[in-house]
Amino acid sequence: MILTQQLILGVLVGGLYGLAAAGLSLTFGVLRVLNVAHGELLMLGGYGTFWLFTLWQIDPFLSLFGVGPALFVLGLVLYWALFQFVVKAHEEVRIKNSLLIGFGLTLVFHTLAIRLWTADERAVTTAYAGAVIKIGAFAIPLVRLSSLVLAFAILTALHLFLTKARWGRAIRATAEDWEAAALMGIPVGRTYLLAFALGTALAGIAGGLVSVSYSISPSIGLEWTLKALIVVVLAGLGSLFGAFAGGILLGVAEATSAVFLGGAYREVVGLVLFLIILLVRPQGLFGGRG
Amino acid sequence: MKLLMGGILLAVAFAAFPLISQRGDLLNLGIQIFLAVALAQSWNLLGGYAGQITLGHAAFFGLGALVTRALWVNGVPLVLALVAGALVATVLGVLIGLPAFRLRGAYFAIGTLGLAEILRITVGNLMPEISTIPAAALASYNMLSRYYLTLGLALLCVTVVAALIHSRVGLGIQAVREDEAAAEASGVGAFRHKLLALALSTALVGLAGGAFAYYHVSYYPQHVFSPVWTFDAVLITFVGGVGTIHGPVLGALFYVILKEVLAVRLVELHLLIFGVLFILVVLFLPGGLVEAWSRARRLLVRNSRSRYY
Repeated sequence: MILTQQLILGVLVGGLYGLAAAGLSLTFGVLRVLNVAHGELLMLGGYGTFWLFTLWQIDPFLSLFGVGPALFVLGLVLYWALFQFVVKAHEEVRIKNSLLIGFGLTLVFHTLAIRLWTADERAVTTAYAGAVIKIGAFAIPLVRLSSLVLAFAILTALHLFLTKARWGRAIRATAEDWEAAALMGIPVGRTYLLAFALGTALAGIAGGLVSVSYSISPSIGLEWTLKALIVVVLAGLGSLFGAFAGGILLGVAEATSAVFLGGAYREVVGLVLFLIILLVRPQGLFGGRG
Repeated sequence: MKLLMGGILLAVAFAAFPLISQRGDLLNLGIQIFLAVALAQSWNLLGGYAGQITLGHAAFFGLGALVTRALWVNGVPLVLALVAGALVATVLGVLIGLPAFRLRGAYFAIGTLGLAEILRITVGNLMPEISTIPAAALASYNMLSRYYLTLGLALLCVTVVAALIHSRVGLGIQAVREDEAAAEASGVGAFRHKLLALALSTALVGLAGGAFAYYHVSYYPQHVFSPVWTFDAVLITFVGGVGTIHGPVLGALFYVILKEVLAVRLVELHLLIFGVLFILVVLFLPGGLVEAWSRARRLLVRNSRSRYY
């Protein structure tokens, strides 16, 4: 009984894990840049949604159409100011420097967020926040269900973009082999820029959804970065739906553990899983490339 | 040579300082600097000289602190408690390094980041109560002994790393950083050297954690595993000058003093400044303050030459 209810909640939160991971997976897969400030970008998206709702009563699901593009622009700026210098290096230095720069960014965003908005926890509470759909004895919170559906829809749209659109195909070609892509006349620099900004926008949208169903504070960044990393490790790179499935898997694993071990070890379970996979089956993260 | 003299002078000045003043706040500032030197120098050994970036330094700092505090508070002599703390940190470090170092790239960095968070959350769950030095020990609390212990620790870290990097093994460690394949081809075992750097680095930061546990009167056990310690180590090392001996020392002085100056009015602002500075250093000035200084000097020397010749 409790288990089933927990599993439902686990699936629902898992969709957001998947969305958060998809952005990280996109930037890492295409640029070979591991941005550990991904969770902080998500946090910024969350605050965007929160303030739009608090100041102007803009519906959080509607405000995603503002927050997504805003974070897209932030992604453009970050790439232009920082990451374009990182991608010039060869792969090993690239990963190392992107880790370090991401690390610096987490500090900057975290400190800025505390100064601007204090360390308080915030959440968007809409009029329909408490609504649930009852199925038998089980309750499905409407807001979380909408978030899951929306996350899936966004990933589907992105998938269509990557497979059908000209620029999307350029992104995939660049991810496969940037040198060959460059020889085929694909502007690799601009493709990187686009992929990075898309990844940032995904983080922002995920953050907006987090602020509706859960809560945000300046310090949630690391937690969400780790969630995204765990999912990427679970699911491997290269597939958005893989990330979505991995996210749901993580959500379910957390929910199950919460029932048996108590909520205090929720975070630990995913991390332990993460360490084990890293140590035993690291192909999940780096695929065929060594 | 000049550098060595400068280092000795600095060490003597710090050692003699309590003869001039024993103001608690100044001694505290000294302790902060020494701990920062130890944190950064131990990170520098692994991240700078061996080229293995870790984002989980806090895990080993925390373990050192946890073990040392538990033993020392329960009557084990301080030295033994410190050694035990360092040992536990080293063992865990090696256990993680054994599988992780067979692989390249980001594994080690994000793996240690995950490890630190696992420990932080678990310790927070198991030990939610604040840890305070027992009343008996508190009555005899002596700031000077903390000052000299942490000074000794900082000196130990600097000397160990300096001695190591000039030794055969140390050259091997740096060779592995530059090019693993080439090092292997010259008979330098990459895996062995990385593991040695990791063991030493975690031992030193474990000691630093132990010293913190001896120094700090009361803190939540969770706090010593906080990512803050990793941030401090990485920022100080890079802003000072990664892969140099004096870089982390300069960085620590700069960091702690800036923090102290800004803390009066603008809490946390030092983190913002250091975060930005750190990003700029990683991108545009990989040698940090040390490189900035030598560049500035070259510029001055060139100018004065052109004036006289």
